[in-house]
Amino acid sequence: MSENIKLMQGNEAIAEGAMIAGCDFFAGYPITPSSEVSEILSAKLTKKGHIVIQMEDEIAALGAVLGAALGGAKALTATSGPGMSLKSEHIGYASMCEIPCVIVNVMRGGPSTGNPTLPSQADIMQAKWGTHGDHAIIAITPSSVNESFYETIRALNLAVKYRTPVLILTDEIIGHMREKVIIPEKDTLEIIDVKLPDVPPSEYKPYNYKSGKVTPLAPMGEGYRYHVTGLSHGETGFPTAKMEVLQDMQNWLIDKIYKNIKDIEKYEETMTEDADILIVAYGSVSRSAKAALSMARAGGIKAGLFRPITIWPFPEERIKELSKKIKKILVPEMNMGQIILEVQRAACNNIVKGLNIVSGEPITPDKIYLKIKEMM
Amino acid sequence: MDNITEIRFAGSGGQGLILVGIILAEAAAIYENKNAVQTQNYGPEARGGSSKSEVVISNEPIAYPKATSLDYMVALTQESFSKYACDLKDTGTIITDKELVTDFSAAKGKLYIIDMVKSAREELGKLLGLNVIALGVLVEISGVVSKDSIEKALMKRVPKGFEDYNKKALEIGFRLGREAKKN
Repeated sequence: MSENIKLMQGNEAIAEGAMIAGCDFFAGYPITPSSEVSEILSAKLTKKGHIVIQMEDEIAALGAVLGAALGGAKALTATSGPGMSLKSEHIGYASMCEIPCVIVNVMRGGPSTGNPTLPSQADIMQAKWGTHGDHAIIAITPSSVNESFYETIRALNLAVKYRTPVLILTDEIIGHMREKVIIPEKDTLEIIDVKLPDVPPSEYKPYNYKSGKVTPLAPMGEGYRYHVTGLSHGETGFPTAKMEVLQDMQNWLIDKIYKNIKDIEKYEETMTEDADILIVAYGSVSRSAKAALSMARAGGIKAGLFRPITIWPFPEERIKELSKKIKKILVPEMNMGQIILEVQRAACNNIVKGLNIVSGEPITPDKIYLKIKEMM
Repeated sequence: MDNITEIRFAGSGGQGLILVGIILAEAAAIYENKNAVQTQNYGPEARGGSSKSEVVISNEPIAYPKATSLDYMVALTQESFSKYACDLKDTGTIITDKELVTDFSAAKGKLYIIDMVKSAREELGKLLGLNVIALGVLVEISGVVSKDSIEKALMKRVPKGFEDYNKKALEIGFRLGREAKKN
């Protein structure tokens, strides 16, 4: 038996993925069902000489993460719904100041305190719109422990590459279930490190809205001088109210994500080629959907599965394409109907129905199969 | 889905059932190179309250991670026995304790009522280790993993200084399982 084969929890896989990707700072405030991320990193990251801080609350935790990232750290925080509401303020700050960071939300439902020990997918729209003001966000929904490991690495890479907050949205099932992970050698992985700007400090402009390229964020203390503020700012970071700059800035915050959507989006398709009905499912529900797909195929129904791995930006082009030949679409979610809104928009000429179960129990394959039969 | 085995350990918080679920999953996934998923349900309390730990073992990739129709259930409280027996397949097996469960009206499939608490009290001197006894019984009766694999997985999880105690508990479980099969 190899030492690299481990049975671990989803939350543990996130911690291990973060470490192998070079995460060197964690700040958090414990909350079920995410606490293992913080627990494991506080034991292991500190042994590598890195910093872990338990802050006074979730707002401060993300504040600490942003401070560390401005200092050149690859920083991460983890929480669940109620903590996510608090972090929203600083997610906006991270978007505006273009500070790379990764925020893990192990979803547990709500509103408010909700059900700490039960799974949910009710924070999908919050991930996109939780903070005020126009901005784009990257959010990833892993569906297994193994994927939690690899997607955390990708999340840290995307954060650095696009200077943006990246959200990892798992749920209590994925976070707490144990599955096999084969830990790879670090040199087999693509890891994007924090880089110094390729211009001398005197020419450094951290906010370049016009070139179409993401300027690296120079770590503070390296001689590159710039200002950081949540106020709308120009190329040096100092506040501005110039109309053309405001327009450029807002365009840039959206464009840097959406014009690179091919690089950011990721999805998996199962048996979509000949499908008469498409299931769109993500996270733990996509596992039930995969089992339902086998049941449907065995029952003579040609079902297919589209599983977004990057949930934001939503892969609407692909859905649009698929919807041209697959006329019926089912969107099972552990919420009252969130991503279905995006699917309905992308597949506006089709019959798109939801299966929404929020009782705290996972959606079982037979319930999805039943709904498929009902739609056929 | 024939080669899927679904197992549930059910009882109350603090009995160590989540841990034995993890050990069983590790035995299957790491030492026997199968696919295994372990999940759990528990309430917000640290002790008491109902608790269940599920393990799904298969040679194929496992899509849905939770148990839907159980092949085996270990029930260590009356509440869990009565509540969950209905989740068993008709061909399934329930393993329970003679002192902890007295009302068997919900019983289904094959039922083993075993003196696990009594054996723990008499042979270990305390109830600590009841979970490992139950694990031994389950492995002996089900054969879902080998005794060698379960012992290796157990030893990896046991705190230093408690190896012999746990090995003894596991052996008691194997023996009780053997005796139960004969009857």
